[in-house]
Amino acid sequence: MRGSRWLGWLAVVLTAMAALPAGAQAPIKIGDVNTYSGIGAPFTGPYRAAVEMTVDEVNAKGGLLGRKVEVIFRDDKGQPAEAVKHAQELVASEKVALITGTFLSNVGLAVSDWAKQNATLFVAAEPLTEAITWSKGHDHVFRVRPNTYEQGRMLADKAGKMKHVKWSTIGPNYEYGKRAWETFRDRLKELKPEVQVVGEHWPTLGKLEPGPFVTAILNENPDALYVSLFGSDWLAFVREAQKRGLFQKTFVVGILLGEPEYIDPLKTEAPEGMLVTGYPWYDIQAPAHKDFVTRFMKRTDKNPVLGSLVGHVTYLAIFEAIRKAGSSDTEKLVAAFRGLKVETPIGPITFRASDGQSTMGAWVGTTKVDAKRGVGIMVNHEYVSGESVLPSDEQVKKLRTGG
Amino acid sequence: MTPALILIQLLSGLAHAMVLFLIASGLSLIFGVTRIVNFAHGSFYMLAAYLTYSLATALPLGRGSFYVAVILAALAVAVLGIVVEVVLLRRVYRAPELYQLLLTFALVLVIADVVAFVWGTENKTGPAAPGLAGAVPIAGQLFPSYDLALIALGPIVAAALWWLFYRTRWGILIRAATQDREMVAALGVDQAVLFTSVFALGSFLTGLGGGLQVPRQALTTVMDTTVITEAFVVVVVGGMGSVAGAFLAAVLIGVIDAFGVLVLPRASLVLIFVVMAVVLIVRPWGLLGRPEIDARGAGGDTAGGEEIRVPRGVIAAVVAVLALLPPVLPTFYVWVLIEVLAFALFAGSLHLLMGAGGMVSFGHAAAFGLGAYGAALLMRWASAPMLLAFAAGPVVAAAAAALTGFFCVRLTRIYFAMLTLAFAQIAFAIVHQWYDVTGGDNGLLGVWPARWLASPVRYYYLALLACGAGMAALSLIERAPFGLTLRAARDHAARAEASGVHVRLHQWVAVVIAGFFGGLAGTTFAFLKGSVFPNYVSIPMSVEPLVMVLLGGVQTLAGAPLGAAVFKTLDTLVTQYTQYWQLVLGAILMVLVVAFPRGILGVMGPRRRA
Repeated sequence: MRGSRWLGWLAVVLTAMAALPAGAQAPIKIGDVNTYSGIGAPFTGPYRAAVEMTVDEVNAKGGLLGRKVEVIFRDDKGQPAEAVKHAQELVASEKVALITGTFLSNVGLAVSDWAKQNATLFVAAEPLTEAITWSKGHDHVFRVRPNTYEQGRMLADKAGKMKHVKWSTIGPNYEYGKRAWETFRDRLKELKPEVQVVGEHWPTLGKLEPGPFVTAILNENPDALYVSLFGSDWLAFVREAQKRGLFQKTFVVGILLGEPEYIDPLKTEAPEGMLVTGYPWYDIQAPAHKDFVTRFMKRTDKNPVLGSLVGHVTYLAIFEAIRKAGSSDTEKLVAAFRGLKVETPIGPITFRASDGQSTMGAWVGTTKVDAKRGVGIMVNHEYVSGESVLPSDEQVKKLRTGG
Repeated sequence: MTPALILIQLLSGLAHAMVLFLIASGLSLIFGVTRIVNFAHGSFYMLAAYLTYSLATALPLGRGSFYVAVILAALAVAVLGIVVEVVLLRRVYRAPELYQLLLTFALVLVIADVVAFVWGTENKTGPAAPGLAGAVPIAGQLFPSYDLALIALGPIVAAALWWLFYRTRWGILIRAATQDREMVAALGVDQAVLFTSVFALGSFLTGLGGGLQVPRQALTTVMDTTVITEAFVVVVVGGMGSVAGAFLAAVLIGVIDAFGVLVLPRASLVLIFVVMAVVLIVRPWGLLGRPEIDARGAGGDTAGGEEIRVPRGVIAAVVAVLALLPPVLPTFYVWVLIEVLAFALFAGSLHLLMGAGGMVSFGHAAAFGLGAYGAALLMRWASAPMLLAFAAGPVVAAAAAALTGFFCVRLTRIYFAMLTLAFAQIAFAIVHQWYDVTGGDNGLLGVWPARWLASPVRYYYLALLACGAGMAALSLIERAPFGLTLRAARDHAARAEASGVHVRLHQWVAVVIAGFFGGLAGTTFAFLKGSVFPNYVSIPMSVEPLVMVLLGGVQTLAGAPLGAAVFKTLDTLVTQYTQYWQLVLGAILMVLVVAFPRGILGVMGPRRRA
């Protein structure tokens, strides 16, 4: 009796595992692995909404190569190993043509390495680490969003023209925070050799108790502060810094901090006068972009954020590659992606043949509170293209073999 | 450091400490009386913060709205605490200790998704506290007036709790129950009422902490897990069940954290765990905790006492299926099976500690992760052949376990558990921050099997060999004289000692063995995924085998692989079919725990009175 109960359970488990989802051949399937829960959720929700819109739009026009496009979303829970499991499933069971998505850098790297090992195409949407296309780059990986190096350089090119000499920094205790600072600092010192660093602060990601950090920074008395804080840490930091008068004394340069993901939750508390990279969707005049905003808002009732734009651009690029390849075969798609030109709402971008990095750029501008909308915005912004900050093909060759 | 800076930093640390105290005192109280390791305590904190956020804007009370909202939210969470205690936890009080932990783990999952569903996943900033939104000049710097109010509030709450415990009958009973709850029950006190009231008060306190954080911190759907570890650290450093200890520890942690920013800016990740490890090594029951009364030798309730034997025929059948099935399985399921095998061994190695040894580890991920890193580092830096690296990983894990186990076995129960957690967190910080060697948070890539083993089915057989041999070895060890002696030490350490058993030595050896096989599991997993990351050593990775062992049934080693198979299968399927996997998985776990309050294999054991 007891033994049979045990066996019963075993049977349940095994049947559950054997219950395979049946795979139809008709649609072109795309696997999208992303951190849809936990720490990535505030960023990936709007990304997914834009992806669904983009896919519906292409299907409404008859799909690609006469086939419908179907996206299968999987939540990696912020864990690289979980993302690899999804990649395995999507490729082996669902027979997807390629894997895309990912938000966190380490998840992106894990999927990329798996794709390299298994000769699968991986189009990284949002992860920022340079390693994906450079030191850990390979033939089967492409990346859409401008990386840490590019954005740090964009900011340094502007900050280098300013008078600030004594710099301090605060960022998460992650490769992202460190590299965001190092690329900025190195470029800044090139442009302005008298620059001094008076303090570096690396709080634990997601656990920032801001008071002591604000005091410590005030005490170093820097002319300017470089911030690469992530999500909720940045929000908590702003409150405390406002109260203690940090923003009145110190000029702030912030990577990503002009993105709606970061500035919208602050409402009217958004610090003014910061030099930031971001996405001023409300102020981009290109008709194609205005149309994208209208469609997105009509569909979701929410304004787009950078993640939405990245989602849209990523899938436009994938569709373009499928058209160019005339097939959903991996090697043909890889060949199509190399040097692929894509028309996007923010103008044409190219996936460079040398490293697979797209030339999508970012906007650099100054923050200000828009009293009418009750939210922080970017003013005096300028779109800096990827081409203008990316290393040359020669340098890329060195980066790729050196790592 | 100028005196002014020291003063400001001290005040900042104290403000943080007061919030920590509110959360930790509630947790300490609940644990002290009910012995429930309440993972959901952080979820109640998060829920109260979100409720405060919504109520503060919805209430029509002008400037008073925020403050009324804080109280209402804390009360609401207290009511929820009562509901949870009465509806869920009460059903499993008779189960072996720690089964409540499984329920609270399920609650964490459910509440996280409920919050995401109701309030959305965007980060939010709440309202500032009316009247306290500004700052006052202190020693030439501006200091937030809200933080000053918190510093004043902390001691008031502490005094109120002191009055409650030392001047009311209820308080006397609570203190008595913290010391010896069976005696209190024997004296005719209604335990059910006592437990419910303690749960309500504990939840109220954490709710208060959550509401009061709203003006200081952003609201996120992960604020539950970020606070819970810190709260446990405070509770353990202070001494479980001691409110005064929680106060002292909160101040200590808050202030050390604040000065750490100035003195050791790179140590933020690890500082509080180092403090906890040092405190526990010097004072095994925390700063103000007392040795647990163990006169009746109650240790056996961890494992439930009775043995369960799974018939050999069943085991042979499972092995046969595992050996014959993979060549005909679709590739993805071969991959899933390898993962199940790795986690079966991971959970099995924890069972040696938890089940046979009565030593619950909250840091077993250290073994898993260091095994994985050991193999990966050998491949990267010594270009070791894959099989050599595969074999060496567990040795690295065992060596680390020998080092940390030496200190851990000096402690008992929750203090043992928390010291293992401290060491695991220190290991986490090392692999996370030692970029040049471990690659930091970007991990080590390219940890793939040798070419002749690269196909999924071939690697499967290597994994089956490694994990199968590991499980067989664990089974032998648990039944050998060594395992029986370990059980004796678990059931009655003093008597075992009196019969000439070197209890600590046996426990230490068990820790090393568990480390070795945990490491083997980690190595197997690493070559499956092809990469190694710090999260292999993280707290959630320590919780997983704990859940598996309890789910399968802690009374027998066979519970571990069964729990691993059920949990991994559920997790894999649920994640594929719904966005709200936490809600569904949590609900399924709750049903399983209530249906099988002694684990799934527990149904095979003799039934206790209902």
